[in-house]
Amino acid sequence: MKTTDSLSFQEQYERACLRRRRMIIFARTLLLVFFLLLWEGSTRLGYVDSFFFSSPSQVILCFAGMVKDLSFFTNTGITLLETIASFLLVLVISMVSATFLWCSRKCSEILEPYLVVLNSLPKSALAPLFIVWLGTGINTIIVAGISVAVFGSVINLYTGFRQVDEEKIKLIYTLGGNKRDAFFKVVLPGSVPTILSNMKVNIGLALVGVIIGEFLAARRGLGYLIIYGSQVFKLNMVITSIIILCVIAMGLYEGIQMLERCYQKKL
Amino acid sequence: MEQPLLELKDICYSYHSLEGETAALSHISFQIQKGEFTAIVGPSGCGKSTLLSIIAGLIAPESGEIVFHAGGMPDAEQAQSCTPAPFFPRIGYMLQHDHLFEWRTIYQNVILGLEINHMLTPERKERVMQLLKDYDLYKFRDKKPGELSGGMKQRAALIRTLVLEPEILLLDEPFSALDYQTRLSVSSDICSIIRSTGKTALLITHDLSEAISLAGRILVLSRRPATVKCDIPVRLTLPENSPLASRNAPEFKDYFNLLWKEISDENHRQPEFSGTI
Repeated sequence: MKTTDSLSFQEQYERACLRRRRMIIFARTLLLVFFLLLWEGSTRLGYVDSFFFSSPSQVILCFAGMVKDLSFFTNTGITLLETIASFLLVLVISMVSATFLWCSRKCSEILEPYLVVLNSLPKSALAPLFIVWLGTGINTIIVAGISVAVFGSVINLYTGFRQVDEEKIKLIYTLGGNKRDAFFKVVLPGSVPTILSNMKVNIGLALVGVIIGEFLAARRGLGYLIIYGSQVFKLNMVITSIIILCVIAMGLYEGIQMLERCYQKKL
Repeated sequence: MEQPLLELKDICYSYHSLEGETAALSHISFQIQKGEFTAIVGPSGCGKSTLLSIIAGLIAPESGEIVFHAGGMPDAEQAQSCTPAPFFPRIGYMLQHDHLFEWRTIYQNVILGLEINHMLTPERKERVMQLLKDYDLYKFRDKKPGELSGGMKQRAALIRTLVLEPEILLLDEPFSALDYQTRLSVSSDICSIIRSTGKTALLITHDLSEAISLAGRILVLSRRPATVKCDIPVRLTLPENSPLASRNAPEFKDYFNLLWKEISDENHRQPEFSGTI
């Protein structure tokens, strides 16, 4: 083992970085463990009522039960499916719309106030309408998921497309290209970072929409378990479902993050 | 008298906004012979770039016309005058910044024009490789633009323009984004490349010494609305004809003073216009 004196400055720096990273991971874990212990402890000692607040051990039991009777797989699966379906549809719809708006300046000016209104409208207000129009079921829920994310996504992507350097577009024209070339050679590849960060926002919003939809119009899914559990006072089930949701949200976000990292590496 | 390659007749152009009209170019007429290297200098904001965009066919002049004479051009079938649009790929345009795309390698950037014009044939790819070798970029063909120096990027941008085999090169202050030393060597490189290939070139610059050292002829534009103020042929007596060496020519100083006087006159004329830039 080298002493501090014998290390070069670079090695010292590398060690400091490593130490810092370890410290952060350790503190994160500690925080989680502390929270779980506090939760478990305070329910055991009767500071809070485990009937209302559940406890880590009860959550684990509940989870094991859900895995055993397979309700974990069906409910999580359906929520995941709905979220991914609405996310992908949002991606397609908003890419197509933003492209269309980019192509026609006039159209984008005409549609701007409508987009702004639809974007600022609380989309949960629309959910009852969807139920009336589409009935209760997976379609309604996917539409609810889409409705939450799509308008903001269109506006973001369109703004991203517009922000591409005009001079780069001029370059395409000087090389004899047309608007189509400008879009496919400059605007689209130049907007990949915008598209990726937009996807990160969308996946979260799609999940929000799907859960709202499931609250109102589902017989399966994590949103349904949450609303049903709260109605029959099975709070273990509610909290277990919320924790599963946390994990799903994190996993989906990580997935896109990975996509982003792949892109950056390619660059 | 040989027919000029490019002829501008009475070009006028104004910018319009709701606040009013700003006349940019007013009755600009000049001719460019094949193989000539012409520089355009003028006060900043006088509409030099607008003029290039008009010649390149990116914007249409409000009045006047641009005529290309194919006299002396290799392609006999194109020996007819016409508006720039159908001729378009035959004009190369180099912008102020290289605008190489960070998501493409140098090679992919260089073939962008070929790709757009659906001209990617094996012979042309071969030529691209040859050009990359000639201009010392072959080793860097699979690198991203961010890994290259400013001068290399500008050379790559020149190749991107040259692979389309333009007859006229329009250079819109292509060196102004570079630092001074790089600028001297790159401008000298690029000028040699253009001279050795016998291209006709039209260079916009605000650097008077650059204009004198590179060009064979200098057009001075007036303040906005720009008119051609004077047309100065540059004749330097030189042992060797390289842009860097030309700065040592005995006449260099005289040309510089002459240009400086013309431009300063412009800057002092019509002081009420000084706020419009």
